Amino acid sequence: MAEQIIFYILAVIIAVFSIMAVTSKHIIRSATYLLFVLLGTAGLYLLLGYHYLFGVQIAVYAGGIMVLFIFAILLTNRPGEKVELERKDRRLVAGITSLVGLAFCGHIIYWNISKVYTYIVPAELKVQDIGHTLMGTNKYQYLLPFEFISILLLACIVGSLLIARKR
Amino acid sequence: MGDLFLNFMSGTVPIEAYIGVSLIMFFAGVYGFLSRKSLIMILVSVELMINAADINFVVFNRYLYPGQMEGFFFALFTIAIAACETAVAIAIIINIYRNWTSVEVGNLDEMKE
Amino acid sequence: MQYTLLIVLLPLLSFIVLGLVDSKWKPKVAGIIGTAVLTIITVLSYYTAFEYFTTAKDLAGVYQKIIPFHFEWLRFTEYLHIDLGILLDPISVMMLVVITTVSLMVNIYSLGYMVNEKGFERYYAFLSLFTFSMLGLVVATNIFQMYIFWELVGVSSYLLIGFYYTKPSAVAAAKKAFIVTRFADLGFLIGILVLSFYTKTFDFGVLTSGDASVFAGITGVTFMGFSALSWAMALIFIGGAGKSAMFPLQIWLPDAMEGPTPVSALIHAATMVVAGVFLVARLFPVYVEYTPHVLHGIAYVGAFTSLFAAVIACVQTDIKRVLAFSTISQIGFMMVGLGVAGYAGHEGLGYMASMFHLFTHAMFKALLFLGAGSVIHAVHSNEMNHMGGLRKHMPITNITFLIACLAIAGIPPFSGFFSKDEILAATFEFSPYLGATMSFIAGLTAFYMFRLYYSIFWGKERKHEHTPHESPFVMAFPLVFLAVVTVFAGLIPFGHFVTSDRANYDIELDKMVAGISVLVAIISITIATIMYRKESEVPKKLATSFSGLHRAASNRFYIDEVYMFITKKIVFNSISRPLAWFDRHVIDATMNGFAGTTQWVSLKIKGVQSGQVQQYAYVFLLGTLLITALILFI
Repeated sequence: MAEQIIFYILAVIIAVFSIMAVTSKHIIRSATYLLFVLLGTAGLYLLLGYHYLFGVQIAVYAGGIMVLFIFAILLTNRPGEKVELERKDRRLVAGITSLVGLAFCGHIIYWNISKVYTYIVPAELKVQDIGHTLMGTNKYQYLLPFEFISILLLACIVGSLLIARKR
Repeated sequence: MGDLFLNFMSGTVPIEAYIGVSLIMFFAGVYGFLSRKSLIMILVSVELMINAADINFVVFNRYLYPGQMEGFFFALFTIAIAACETAVAIAIIINIYRNWTSVEVGNLDEMKE
Repeated sequence: MQYTLLIVLLPLLSFIVLGLVDSKWKPKVAGIIGTAVLTIITVLSYYTAFEYFTTAKDLAGVYQKIIPFHFEWLRFTEYLHIDLGILLDPISVMMLVVITTVSLMVNIYSLGYMVNEKGFERYYAFLSLFTFSMLGLVVATNIFQMYIFWELVGVSSYLLIGFYYTKPSAVAAAKKAFIVTRFADLGFLIGILVLSFYTKTFDFGVLTSGDASVFAGITGVTFMGFSALSWAMALIFIGGAGKSAMFPLQIWLPDAMEGPTPVSALIHAATMVVAGVFLVARLFPVYVEYTPHVLHGIAYVGAFTSLFAAVIACVQTDIKRVLAFSTISQIGFMMVGLGVAGYAGHEGLGYMASMFHLFTHAMFKALLFLGAGSVIHAVHSNEMNHMGGLRKHMPITNITFLIACLAIAGIPPFSGFFSKDEILAATFEFSPYLGATMSFIAGLTAFYMFRLYYSIFWGKERKHEHTPHESPFVMAFPLVFLAVVTVFAGLIPFGHFVTSDRANYDIELDKMVAGISVLVAIISITIATIMYRKESEVPKKLATSFSGLHRAASNRFYIDEVYMFITKKIVFNSISRPLAWFDRHVIDATMNGFAGTTQWVSLKIKGVQSGQVQQYAYVFLLGTLLITALILFI
């Protein structure tokens, strides 16, 4: 039961703040709401039992990426100034489109979910298992993607430096 | 849907609830992508969408394939890749700001002459 | 006898070289190359004739057809293949000699006549092209090869008539020549197709072999009352009539005099215009055996044309036009000669006479034209009114011209007498009325030729800018050479060489016919002398008393006007204009409509490529939803 209450609190936080993030007139407020959404998501991960992912989410997303966002916002706008929103009709069309999409996807999922879902008692995920799987080279193990991601990170760092350097 | 009400406040959270949360987050991101003028807002919307997808992966992993770890790792790698992508995107936004002094997406509609 | 291939190919080589080099070398070099090549092939032709006529007889004394060179060029089906080759038989060897001799004389003459002309190299290139085409035509082994070279000859003629391309009249004349002969060639092609469709062959050897099984497929097939073979042979003759300027296709030849005079000598007097006669002679066994009525038709057409042209020639004032109509008239003679002939022995007299007349006529007509060229070169004008009394200034031209006029009038012992006499003999045997007509025409010929002669060389002298002088050696030499040939060619026993069945035939002179023809000629010459030797009032009085006829003949009996009327008022107005309107307003409108529609559509869908990222995202999202919906629910 406690689980359910925590879940609903987190769910409400995520939903409300995500909608507020995309409709706000101040950019810094949008960034802050996004931060709360990310923290809520981290909480969801924790609730599901993925402690490692919870840590990564906080560290990378909420810690690293949000800082990047704040830097970018402060570099390109004057903080505090109100941003102009799009014309009313465009916003309406976008809203309708997303509601249509929501209804469509929701219908498909809720119509079919009972066919694939069977309820199973969850087990805990050990960090040792995570470690073995991440660094292993057998069939379902992820050493190769790990190395590729490191190269990707390198490329992104170099690329960003090159793009944003002073000329 | 019937399960939702039956299991309400008893036992574990039903899977439909998690999926509902991720749906709302995703389509909020879609709305933001389509209706905001500033490039930074579009980037925020993209982050929202990525996170919604991550939640989906993890939830399916937990509820449908409890013994395996593919969803978990996919979410892990997605976070890493999203970080890279945000870094590069912000570098580009800074460059655009240098050239046009504004980051409105409506200005960016012509290829280089 | 493989060297005969060189006779045909060397002028082609010369054409290519002269055409490509054009003005990079000095003009004289072009002239020398052209003349040198022609000298070589003339010597080769003489050698070929010598070798052929001395060695090609078989046991019965009949000349064999020799094919020294033959290859299959294009093959389409089992029966349809186009070959190229060289066929040597008496008439083709004779034509080789004629063509190369006259062409050589013209080339030498042009060294002097065309000097300082712009386009000298182009001229020699075209002359070589013409020589190549004509030689290829006469040695053709099959009718399709002949058709190919026929067209080539037409092209060379067009290029040479229109040589002075800055003169509008020359351009118009070239166009007229090409179009009229092309129109006739349509008939020729249809005839070829009909003939070869039923006989399944193009080859002359097969067609003229006397083998009746070749024509087994075509006998019995009729179309509108005439047999298909008659249609085929008549259509083939129409092609020949176009090239040989028979009525009513003679309109191009007088206008073709716009070209340089040596060209007129070569093409429109001696060689190209006899291509039609040559064609009929080539297919003669078919004509005489299977379609004799077509052959008689040919004779009547030739006779009418001859009379028609002779009458017109009597009143022309441009010396080249007189000679042009004379040519038409003489070709009419040759056609008549062929038309009244039978096959073998005495029956084939007309054939032999026609070929003999072709030979002699080529020589003296070329001489006449070259002489006229000398006169034109000296006086700088074509009109008879600007000439007179030139015999004091141009003795060589005078004598040679006189020899040629005597030959064409039919005075013995010049060559023209022998050949024309044989034709008259053959026509008298066929029908006395036709014979009388041809004799009358012969009289007219003598009359207008001497009218021409006296007007140029006798009579009152006119004022000239500078005194006319005799032509230089390069121009005088061909005149003398051709005069010598004209004098002595009559003594050639032609029946030993060229006859309808290639066997020997000894010519006997029919005293009666000979006497009549000489008498007629002398009377005509006397009349001409009275009227034109000195200034006299008789021509003017005759002109006014027959004023209608005189005016009509001066205007060539208005045939050109009839053609112009038909083409302009009828063809252009009722066919060309509506078609042009249709083309411009319907077809072009459709094409423009396509283009306009494309532009309109592209304008409308230009907005898809707006560059706006959010629009792209919309499309992406909607597309994904749509496809998912399609897959899941359909």
